[in-house]
Amino acid sequence: MTIVAEQWSGSLLEVRDLHTQFFTRRGVVRAVDGVSLTLNAGETLGLVGESGCGKSVTALSILRAVQEPGRVVSGQILFEGENLLRLSERGMQQVRGRRIAMIPQDPLTALNPVLSVGDQLAEVLGVHLGMHGRGARNRGIELLERVGIPLAAQRFDAYPHQLSGGMRQRVLIAMAIACQPGLLIADEPTTALDATIQAQILELLGELTREVNMGLLLITHNLGIVAGHCDRVAIMYAGRIVETAPVRDLFAHPHHRYTNGLLECVPRLDRQGKGVFHTIPGAPPDAADIPPGCPFHPRCAFAVSRCVEDQPQLTKAAVDGSVGTFACWNPRGIEVAATP
Amino acid sequence: MSALPSTASKLLSVDDLRVYFPTGPSGFFGGARETVKAVDGVTFDVKAGETLGLVGESGCGKTTTGRAILRLTPVTSGAIVFDGRDLTKLSNEQMRQERQRLQIVFQDPFASLNPRHTIAGIITEPLRVHGMSSRRERLTRAQELLGLVGVAASALERYPHEFSGGQRQRIGIARALASNPAFVVLDEPVSALDVSIQSQILHLLLDLQQRFGLTYLFIAHDLAVVGQMSDRVAVMYLGQIVEMATAADLFRQPLHPYTLALLSAVPYPDPEIERRHRRIILSGEVPSPVHPPAGCRFHTRCPIATDRCRAEVPPLRRLSSGHDVACHFAETSQELVSQRLGTASAIVGTRERI
Repeated sequence: MTIVAEQWSGSLLEVRDLHTQFFTRRGVVRAVDGVSLTLNAGETLGLVGESGCGKSVTALSILRAVQEPGRVVSGQILFEGENLLRLSERGMQQVRGRRIAMIPQDPLTALNPVLSVGDQLAEVLGVHLGMHGRGARNRGIELLERVGIPLAAQRFDAYPHQLSGGMRQRVLIAMAIACQPGLLIADEPTTALDATIQAQILELLGELTREVNMGLLLITHNLGIVAGHCDRVAIMYAGRIVETAPVRDLFAHPHHRYTNGLLECVPRLDRQGKGVFHTIPGAPPDAADIPPGCPFHPRCAFAVSRCVEDQPQLTKAAVDGSVGTFACWNPRGIEVAATP
Repeated sequence: MSALPSTASKLLSVDDLRVYFPTGPSGFFGGARETVKAVDGVTFDVKAGETLGLVGESGCGKTTTGRAILRLTPVTSGAIVFDGRDLTKLSNEQMRQERQRLQIVFQDPFASLNPRHTIAGIITEPLRVHGMSSRRERLTRAQELLGLVGVAASALERYPHEFSGGQRQRIGIARALASNPAFVVLDEPVSALDVSIQSQILHLLLDLQQRFGLTYLFIAHDLAVVGQMSDRVAVMYLGQIVEMATAADLFRQPLHPYTLALLSAVPYPDPEIERRHRRIILSGEVPSPVHPPAGCRFHTRCPIATDRCRAEVPPLRRLSSGHDVACHFAETSQELVSQRLGTASAIVGTRERI
């Protein structure tokens, strides 16, 4: 593996107070509403939330790939110390796919059906690394082997429809790691796959991050995947991050009531038997109509009067040794600080 | 968990069900027409009031099985005896009548419905089909049904696109219940829903089952969901049932190597367990149902397959524990997998510690 010439010693990725909005006929949709997060090299950060919470828009914002009528309206996205929002579109092209790569959710539609797998892989190698002809072919086959595709030399010439969903996802991973990016964003990479294939793909992503000290932003709604594959977790709700913590702390001592509710809702193999389900009443709010105060308060059994008016900000959990943060006025397992 | 009395009557008996599909028409240029054996000899019973979970990966035939029971897909051979009548022998008209008592809830209940119909139209349609002639009566019943599933009656005048996924599924359930069915096939009813909504719908389904004594066939790929909904569970692989037992037995003591692998692949929402437990990562992928492997269909991916498995089909046989397994080595499969991979003991151990 090649060594990156300049070593950046700070966080690989630092997102500060990001706001991304969609200007629709129905009004302004605040899809991402003040998100801050950091990710270090070699680390896997899980970005977790339910559909519509803004996790995918956060990822697209980092890549500056938000489509009209959406726009990043404010904030900073520091990647290896450089604010991506200040880059020209041309400069951004040097970043996208090369230094930051993304694995899309649906392996069935992400590949071009009329080009062979090899052609698509060679295109990436050509555009970003100037590799062509035999060199690109050999490197492409090497990459397919690396992501665990059997008979890689033959599969290089196959068309997407000739491969299974799991194999296609491996091809997309091969394309994503072709340029040895510093940061890989995986948006629900296994949601479309079966359990046994999901386990294979997650194992592969884990190996790859360790191998090249890559940062991985893993977007998922599956808390089981988070538990097994992430170092830290950020929980999103209604466009905001409501809690962050190292993975063990989050599962052992969730502070935000939404986090705790989510954890209790997840069906578990070790809680068998037909029985009572934990549920969170109601549904996440419409992003065009987010309630004032804490956006979770209409669904929260622990809401206090302050939650209705006053939007809680992420604060450090004042517990010994904890490095987590949460945005909740009546957190679980913590005495609330009296002063606002 | 309520153990059902063993005397509970069988409401549904599926015997040696086969559903084969031709792979496209034999073309102008000839070429052999091949057959996809989507369901290939499936036998099970469902007792009145119980939930049988049907799990497996995509393409295993679980959805086709569910659809075949309602004859929404043509049955190639086998018997489907519902409340004493073999559904495969009924005329289309008789089957249409019978569907008052057998219903289905789909993953996306509106995918197949006309988006221009109001919710009132969607819910009252089955009532009209099944002979409730008064419009007023139908609307009253529709309101009552919406109340049952927790949707405001004002929904009646609205259109499908105005509802969130969870509400849509509630309406889909109301529609299925409109004709007072005894048996409901739930085909991945919560897989498109978010976690917090998923648990609401599961809760609703259990509640309705208790209130109306419904019998469910619960089809899903998520083992944890199936475990929380089912009395018994059948695991399918390539068109066949490989293991069937009470939910408690199956999860505590899985005996088929495929079930072992499937269970070990499920991610646990618990970092401590996740870090301890080592997975059985199955190599390869599910073979084509056009040319299933000879012998045991799982042998191409099985960590403990022998020559016998490659040659001889293991029948689904009942062990003394009451557990049905289709594996030549069911009695020792856990130890064999454990020896082969050095992992299974850890997995089974984890399950037992909990």
